[in-house]
Amino acid sequence: MIRSPLARVAFGAVVVAIAAFLLLPTIIIFPISFSAASDASQFPPATYSLKWYESVLLDPAWQSATITSFKTSCLTVIFSVVLGTSAALALFRSHFAGKAAVQALLLSPLVTPVIVLAIGMFMVFSSWRLVGTLVGLVAANTVLSIPFVVASVTATLHTLNPNLEFASAGLGAGPWRTFWRVTLPLIFPGVMAGAIFAFIASWDEVVVAIFLTTPSLRTLPVLIWSGVRGEISPAVAAVGSILIMISAIGMIAVYLITKGGSR
Amino acid sequence: MTPEGVAPTAATSTLELDDVSKSFGASPALREVSFRLERGEFLTLLGPSGSGKTTMLRVIAGFLKPDRGAVRLHGRDVSDLPPYRRNIGMVFQDYALFPHMTVAANVGFPLEARGIHGQRRKAMVKSMLAMVGLESFGHRFPHQLSGGQQQRVALARALVFNPEIVLLDEPLGALDKKLRGAMQLEILRVVKSLRATVISVTHDQEEALVMSDRIAIFSEGTLVQIGSPRQLYERPNTEFVADFIGESNLLRGQISANGTQRAIVADCWKAEMPPSFSDLHNFSSGSSVVLAVRPENIAVRPLAGDGEMPELRPNVCRAVVRDKIYLGVEFRLMAALPNDAIVQVRSRDLKGMDRFVRGSTIELSWKPEDAVVLRG
Repeated sequence: MIRSPLARVAFGAVVVAIAAFLLLPTIIIFPISFSAASDASQFPPATYSLKWYESVLLDPAWQSATITSFKTSCLTVIFSVVLGTSAALALFRSHFAGKAAVQALLLSPLVTPVIVLAIGMFMVFSSWRLVGTLVGLVAANTVLSIPFVVASVTATLHTLNPNLEFASAGLGAGPWRTFWRVTLPLIFPGVMAGAIFAFIASWDEVVVAIFLTTPSLRTLPVLIWSGVRGEISPAVAAVGSILIMISAIGMIAVYLITKGGSR
Repeated sequence: MTPEGVAPTAATSTLELDDVSKSFGASPALREVSFRLERGEFLTLLGPSGSGKTTMLRVIAGFLKPDRGAVRLHGRDVSDLPPYRRNIGMVFQDYALFPHMTVAANVGFPLEARGIHGQRRKAMVKSMLAMVGLESFGHRFPHQLSGGQQQRVALARALVFNPEIVLLDEPLGALDKKLRGAMQLEILRVVKSLRATVISVTHDQEEALVMSDRIAIFSEGTLVQIGSPRQLYERPNTEFVADFIGESNLLRGQISANGTQRAIVADCWKAEMPPSFSDLHNFSSGSSVVLAVRPENIAVRPLAGDGEMPELRPNVCRAVVRDKIYLGVEFRLMAALPNDAIVQVRSRDLKGMDRFVRGSTIELSWKPEDAVVLRG
């Protein structure tokens, strides 16, 4: 496509510049998190240590926030995968007036401003006494995560040979057996990708969580947010590094699964 | 499997279709189709694309529900039964093998669905794979097999549970021509040795002639004619069948009655039939008919002189050679009648055909018993 060496070098430079622009602000927190100094203003740090990791891992506030985040994300994955996969299958198979509207409604959390959703949920959940509860957090994150599951499962359903389900029924398998033995194994890459996206989405979610959490029940991103409002401590960078690593592992897993699925 | 309430008369039919109709929106796909299938029979549904044959297969399998009419298995109406309760095996055009299962697991799947487990299932899968010549392929995955091997796995999977009927949807459509001939005989060997009852769908008339005990010809959703390959070839009941199975010269004329003697008359030929010939008695004098004669049933003779024929002799006709095509085993002549109708002749008398060139005047003739009279 690009023939002259000069053009190729220029193209490479632009790619590197864009990648640097996107990644540097994220990557910069890694050296800060290993700083031995007591604040994050010094860059690059003069001396390195693991003390911020130690303090984060031993601090009960960070510990309980980690546990809350982890519980929320895992439960969100379970609910959004079950509901999202069912919705994707039902929408894919059926043809009814208003199908497009239902589809749009399911995907709407992706395009609705999160702050609007957060305020709405806060008002409704307050009257249901769900603010500051795990149930409330899971319910909110499930709504936010379902679009990811629906989108990725629907994408794999389009690649599924429809004759396979006919064949299964023709060979004597009822709808239940056909789902577990044929449909689910074949759409599994899409379900897994949806699950990982759902996990990452709720693991990183901060806007809705700020409204729905209380000091006694906080998620990691909320605690980071309250941490950086006062001062930028390298402890926050350490937590941020851990979060990024978990998200990165998730993205790599999605890549490997979808690559394996398309083989 | 003996379903309750079997009528004695229907006991011999494995499958019975009674006035089955199916429409998609406003366009009818099947119009009042009825036929019966005997146990162990190989029936082919043959027709051009869009003739309703695949819809018919899907109705029998249970993937489509007929709008009207009944589908009976051993006399029991199964129209409302879902496919997984019908005990019918099906081979799809793309085979529809489960890509995430091994060959053995694919073949074992219908047994698994019937609660057959352990050693018994293993043994049944093994003997079925041996039947189709794939005994050492059980651990492979479908994508590791050739098209012909996948086809055999699909066949094994559709037969292993001893279904009432096996449905083949264009089973050889995805294979190249050479492999197709071998697979036709292979499929026939397997289904005949298992005494399976088979309905196959194809648009390939040669495949239908090779494999079938009976052929059902479909056109525009209607079952036009059903019968043995020979019946269809020698006694087609409509122009469509005469033209669809093999090739036919279709000559238009009128019935003329003269006492018990009946003839078909056109401007440049007439055909006489012996009085015993039943075809003609269905038509009244003056009605227009089509005389169908196969190209290989027309004899050719050179015509001496200027080619003028003084009087019209029965079953003989003057023509001029338009084209002569050499096809190895035979010659094909395209000859024009005086009324410009083109008649096709096929002959294996290669030496005899050397006498004719483009423009030769010839005399065509046929035996009355080789001609079929059809409604015009």
